[in-house]
Amino acid sequence: MLAKDFIRLTGSAIISHKLRSFLTMLGIAVGISAVVILTSIGEGVHRFILSEFTQFGTTLIKVSPGKTQTMGMSIGAFGTERPLSIDDAEALKRLSFAKSVVGIIQGNAEVEGNRRTRRTTVFGTGHDFPNAFSMPLQRGQFLPDDDPLAPRALAVVGSKVKAELFGDSNPIGRRIRIGGDRYRVVGIMASKGQVLGFDLDDTVYIPLARGLEMFNRVGLMEIDLLYHEGVPEDRVVSGIRRLLVTRHGREDFTITTQRQMLDVMGSILDIITFAVAAIGAISLLVGGIGIVTIMTIAVSERTAEIGLIRALGARQAQILSLFLGEAVVLSAFGGIAGLIGGFGIAQLLHLLIPALPVHTPWTYVLLAEATAIAIGLAAGVIPARRAARLDPVEALRDE
Amino acid sequence: MIRLEQIHRDFEVGDQIVHALNDINLDIAHGEYLSVMGPSGSGKSTLLNIIGILDHATSGRYFLNEQNVTDMDELAESRARNRHIGFVFQSFHLVPRLTAAQNIELPLVLAGIAPALRRQKVQQVLESLSLADRAHHTPDQLSGGQRQRVAIARATITEPSVLLADEPTGNLDQKSGSEVIVTLEALNQRGITLIVVTHDKNIADRSLRSLQMVDGRVVSDRHGR
Repeated sequence: MLAKDFIRLTGSAIISHKLRSFLTMLGIAVGISAVVILTSIGEGVHRFILSEFTQFGTTLIKVSPGKTQTMGMSIGAFGTERPLSIDDAEALKRLSFAKSVVGIIQGNAEVEGNRRTRRTTVFGTGHDFPNAFSMPLQRGQFLPDDDPLAPRALAVVGSKVKAELFGDSNPIGRRIRIGGDRYRVVGIMASKGQVLGFDLDDTVYIPLARGLEMFNRVGLMEIDLLYHEGVPEDRVVSGIRRLLVTRHGREDFTITTQRQMLDVMGSILDIITFAVAAIGAISLLVGGIGIVTIMTIAVSERTAEIGLIRALGARQAQILSLFLGEAVVLSAFGGIAGLIGGFGIAQLLHLLIPALPVHTPWTYVLLAEATAIAIGLAAGVIPARRAARLDPVEALRDE
Repeated sequence: MIRLEQIHRDFEVGDQIVHALNDINLDIAHGEYLSVMGPSGSGKSTLLNIIGILDHATSGRYFLNEQNVTDMDELAESRARNRHIGFVFQSFHLVPRLTAAQNIELPLVLAGIAPALRRQKVQQVLESLSLADRAHHTPDQLSGGQRQRVAIARATITEPSVLLADEPTGNLDQKSGSEVIVTLEALNQRGITLIVVTHDKNIADRSLRSLQMVDGRVVSDRHGR
């Protein structure tokens, strides 16, 4: 049979039952658009979160105390390892590839200024912090490059803290109290917004040594190292490891590269996208069952016709492919309609809720269409085989 | 041209075995006009189905144009049906969603013949059966007699050597029925072998050879009118 005739024959069978074919396609279309909408949202969120993370740059390496395998959370409570010290951070600064190195300690304290009080996040950190995390200042300067062990009592405030405490007046040079100690404000950070719900503007920065004292801690929470671009990541990691092993006597710390962090994050987000797509796939399955039902009905309705074309010389394989073809046409066109609908709805959602990131990757679109066609094939196989195996004599007797 | 040797066809009905055909031996020459008569259940249709390669004999041998049909695989059987055999059914069996012309060309479509050649052949056969003005009508727009003529056109489009008609006038009134018979006889006169299964004694009387079947056996084989 010629391809053109094959298409014409399957097409005429589908067109002869317009409403029925339309509803069957609709079943697949709904399934496909559910998959497209959900994966678009999933992928949009995925990209959104990754971009939130990469805004700090990709040449950032985090060293945290304790040896763990994944995200480098401290298990310091079991405490046989040596804490990361300010001296460790200073030693890392001397590595040739180190662009900026900052130790970090984080806590919560009451900030008092301009006769107002606000409980806020306090970072103890160093001079290089704005470089390492690409966080520019709005006014003034960041903490100066003081003696790391005996820094002056200077502080930098986040834009939100500044607004809450000082309103429109300029806080630079003013005195504030942080956790009871007196500090002089030297700078205001530019507004950075939120990262994963954490408000980067509702913060105060003080020198590292003072932070350790304030929160009564022996070691740093982490040391972040920004290396020069172009240096291989492996070299950086082994350089840091060698130095710290020499200082600590063994590897009691964890090095996490930005890439590893992104990988872990990416694989978690992939699972979420996949799970969401799986939910959409359930409706696709229902659409597939619709095709099985309609094709089964079509085969029993057209039993006499099947007998006839066998009598006219059709092979079993031709009958099989005619009915498979019908199922595939139903699912393929339903799939295309679903893609258009799903893409449209996803974009509409984005218009209505701008905060909701939406992204429809082409590979997913093609994959969804391939899935629709595969479902058509799978759904068509049982009815089509039944049609092909009909005894022509019996089939012709059917009226 | 058609040779049946000791053909048996058994059906299992429940735990009983029914002998639909019982030791049929038959030679049909090229261009013959044969009618098959007999009461219901005498095996006439089964005989026709076996000659048309829609059904298989339980035992015995069947030769069509010197080829042993009993040895054929599914592919060869389909091809033989397509090329050598034309079927005309009591209930026409036209595909309702296709036009008369599309119904007629179905055997050529299945054989993968190019559209240009198909159109030419369809046009010829439409004209010879005075159906030219009905080419683009669907079956439900045609009268019973026209439908059966479309079915005959479809059966003959591949220029088969044998035309098998199972009660071709059974669903038609007297006038349309005789028109159909005249059409079939005209085809026979042009050389096609015609086998008609019928209840109608008038048709049997017109045929040049008439088989009488009872209980799966041929009880009389009359040559000549």
